[in-house]
Amino acid sequence: MKKVIPGLLVFIVALFIWWLACRTGVFPAYALPSPGQVLLSFKEEFKAGRLVNDVVASLWRVFVGYYVAALLAIPLGLWLGRQPRVRNALLPMLNFFRFLSPLAWIPFAILWFHIGDKPAFFLIFMSTFFPLVLTVMAAVATIPSIYFRVAHDYKYTGWELLTKVTFPAVLPQLITGLRVTYGIAWVVIVAAEMVGCQDGLGYGIWEARNGLRLDSAVCYMIVIGLIGMGIDRILYQFTKLSNVRWGYER
Amino acid sequence: MKDSRTTGSLLLEKVAHGYNGLQVVHEVNLAVQPGELVVLVGPSGCGKTTLLNLLSGFLTPVSGTVRTEGLVRTVYQQDGLFPWLTVGENIGMGLRGVKDKGRQERELRELLELIHLGQFRDHYPHQLSGGMRQRVELARVVAGDSDILLMDEPFSALDYQTRIRMRQELVQLLEKRPRTVVFVTHDIEEAVVLADRVLVLSQRPTRIVRELVIQAPRPRNPTDDVVVGATRVILEELGLQVHR
Repeated sequence: MKKVIPGLLVFIVALFIWWLACRTGVFPAYALPSPGQVLLSFKEEFKAGRLVNDVVASLWRVFVGYYVAALLAIPLGLWLGRQPRVRNALLPMLNFFRFLSPLAWIPFAILWFHIGDKPAFFLIFMSTFFPLVLTVMAAVATIPSIYFRVAHDYKYTGWELLTKVTFPAVLPQLITGLRVTYGIAWVVIVAAEMVGCQDGLGYGIWEARNGLRLDSAVCYMIVIGLIGMGIDRILYQFTKLSNVRWGYER
Repeated sequence: MKDSRTTGSLLLEKVAHGYNGLQVVHEVNLAVQPGELVVLVGPSGCGKTTLLNLLSGFLTPVSGTVRTEGLVRTVYQQDGLFPWLTVGENIGMGLRGVKDKGRQERELRELLELIHLGQFRDHYPHQLSGGMRQRVELARVVAGDSDILLMDEPFSALDYQTRIRMRQELVQLLEKRPRTVVFVTHDIEEAVVLADRVLVLSQRPTRIVRELVIQAPRPRNPTDDVVVGATRVILEELGLQVHR
């Protein structure tokens, strides 16, 4: 309880500042909706069922795009980490794509995949695959060599070496990497849906802007922020597994 | 489980090694008999670890031959335990070769008792003190069918009192589970307390400059006459004995 109170206090103060800004009229009412308006708008969106539909659509797109990216990036990173020559060959290109904003792919995404789920899958994939490969690769490359010497003494080879030594050795860093790249995915989905989709949380904000309904836009912003935090909390639970604690307590 | 008979033996013949033209090991000859505890002692940076890496097969000598007979395992200075495995699972690594599950479990329990960590089976290494971690390392290397143990300054990261206790633990453990041991240290007292035979190494390039057989039964105390006498001989050899 004691841990919650300071956070709650900050929240109340922020709400108050928002309310005060509306009262003093720094911005015109249509450009800065008040807390009360947003609350009403929430009610409206829920009644229409649009908000729930958009949440499901966005979660689905992030899930698929991110899942495919992780499924390919983790094994590739594990392999590259132990192959210095291939790693050195691929590193510049992986870095290049990591620094290329995924939004730059939007024109291609739409021309290749048209409007719908697919361009969003593609953009989520492009934004998370490269940082995830690099994270896993770097984690593997920095495993203390003593672990591999010990593994050799105790006859770990091939598949067993990968699953019982390399993988658990990078697991704490992998979990951190997953949390960070998931954050990227959740940020990118909003932009992707603004241009590539007909529904979803990003599209909702775009619609609100077109209709000059910023109260509705704030609704969507609140939902985006809360879901993002919620999923990060779930991923955070993995850091409590007893066989990864060592990675966070040193 | 090998309790009575030890089979591991080691042989170095005219072994020399170096890096980029810098000679580190100069024509070392060494034969270690099954069950023998040989301690290599020398100043830091003299090439002790290189010598051990040659013995373990991690390095291949530039010239000369290394022959080992038996399963070799190494105890490192620190952090050789897998941090993602519990104490029980780490020791279990040493029992991977044991096929019978029941025997595995029996031996694991016995080893935990031997190192007085019965209560800590499900703890992780980062939850243990340095001394406890090294005890787990010792249990792991003697578990199952190992023949030869190579020890690379295994107690040097510990404080003096823990170090003394660890030597006693090692002696007890080897009593129950005899193994052929090559132990490397810069600590002269440690060498003399533990060894059947002490080999004094020179500065780089490493040669064996003195061989000292110590026949007194173990466990020994640092204050025993034999130990003090042998320490004096080694200090003399290394030019560290003060003459008044």
